[in-house]
Amino acid sequence: MFARLAAVEDTSVSLSIDGKHIEARPGDSVAAVLLAAGLRHCRTTSVSGAWRAPYCMMGVCFDCLVNIDGVGNRQSCLVPVREGMRIELQHGKRAPVA
Amino acid sequence: MKPQAARTDFDVAVIGGGLVGSALSFGLARAGRRVVLLDEGDAAVRASRANFALVWVQSKGLGLPAYAGWTICSSNAWGEFAALLKSETGLDVGFERPGGFHLALSEAELERRALQLKRLHNQPGIVKYETEIVDRKRLEASLLGLGREVVGGSFCPLDGHCNSLRLHRALHTALFNRGVCYLASHRVEDIAYHAGEFALRTAQRELRAGKIVIAAGNASMQLAPLVGLVAPMRPNRGQIIVTERVQPFLRHPIVTLRQTDEGTIMIGDSQLDGIDPDELTMPVVSVMAARAIRMFPVLARLNVVRTWSGIRVMTQDGFPIYDQSETCPGAFLVCCHSGVTLAANHAFFLASMISRGRLDADSVGAFSARRFDVR
Repeated sequence: MFARLAAVEDTSVSLSIDGKHIEARPGDSVAAVLLAAGLRHCRTTSVSGAWRAPYCMMGVCFDCLVNIDGVGNRQSCLVPVREGMRIELQHGKRAPVA
Repeated sequence: MKPQAARTDFDVAVIGGGLVGSALSFGLARAGRRVVLLDEGDAAVRASRANFALVWVQSKGLGLPAYAGWTICSSNAWGEFAALLKSETGLDVGFERPGGFHLALSEAELERRALQLKRLHNQPGIVKYETEIVDRKRLEASLLGLGREVVGGSFCPLDGHCNSLRLHRALHTALFNRGVCYLASHRVEDIAYHAGEFALRTAQRELRAGKIVIAAGNASMQLAPLVGLVAPMRPNRGQIIVTERVQPFLRHPIVTLRQTDEGTIMIGDSQLDGIDPDELTMPVVSVMAARAIRMFPVLARLNVVRTWSGIRVMTQDGFPIYDQSETCPGAFLVCCHSGVTLAANHAFFLASMISRGRLDADSVGAFSARRFDVR
């Protein structure tokens, strides 16, 4: 659904989504990576279990929550990618312990 | 020529659509009465939308032993009350009674708590209810992730909690289903009593009813004198912190801390002077948060999503006021802080008494505002 523009630089960042290896570009937000990877959703809601995907991309809607490096409810549109980052789709409520 | 007999529109008019007024209206409708429920608008200051949702027993009744018995009666009736609402509306109000704790963060705090319970239980005429002082080992059996400073606490198996916003919604759904006439934005400005009938003036219209129930929270103070009653109030403000939703980890409500059925953690129970609902005192919020983290260190890792202030409906001595007018027979006053805890009593027992036209002195006589008189 989302196509990337031509790369301006040649470097890439390695990370994983649910254990699967993904290459991202420096400066990508985690939400951008999820969308570029073709994911249709990133979490289920904590009460009804409905699917949600990144929406506003500017930190307002809280629909893009994922688990990043073991911490749940992170706003993926506000978190820049880092080498080795472990991203997991979040199912329902986050765990209380990081 | 006008007809001689005025048409009485309703058997009972309940003033106040919060938890107290809705629970009473529900009970009155179940008793077969034609009920009109007069409410303010959405912008009203409403304790029913700003409360901690505990169905709480322990500590209640110091200074008025009858209050302990009345509270236990409601706690025991709550399961049936929740089941009834479920069957009438399909809504689950999330009632649970796993027993609740007070936690002490030092030996001195634990000693103070023990003394408080002793004073409560030593009162003449108090009902027996089990609240026990428990040590850290006993706490660890029930609560995960306790901070190391928690030395002990008290436990009462009758304590529980619910989803109070859903309770409010369920009551209003049940009222709608039962054909109760609910009128929002009908703030009652004046009440006149004439020949066994009440005329209630609102900005929109005048309504007539054979009986009235004033259940208008802190505003009852202004309305009660219109029908020969008094409601001495002393409202105060409480603050609440709400975290993001997390997987269930707190199995029991703590008096200042609980996990809701939908996963958020609520931290609260401050008491402040002042009744401006827009006020929020940051130093108080930080003290609440710091104590909560000392009780459960895992809370330090959670995001706070909301903090808010609510105004407590509070009588001058903190106990309910249930009264009936001598000068305007048929006028009742129901005013209390614990609209959640006492909802079952209000729907089942108090509404029946009002429906019959007489408060039962044996069960609720102790709650008359005559207790404030100088004797």
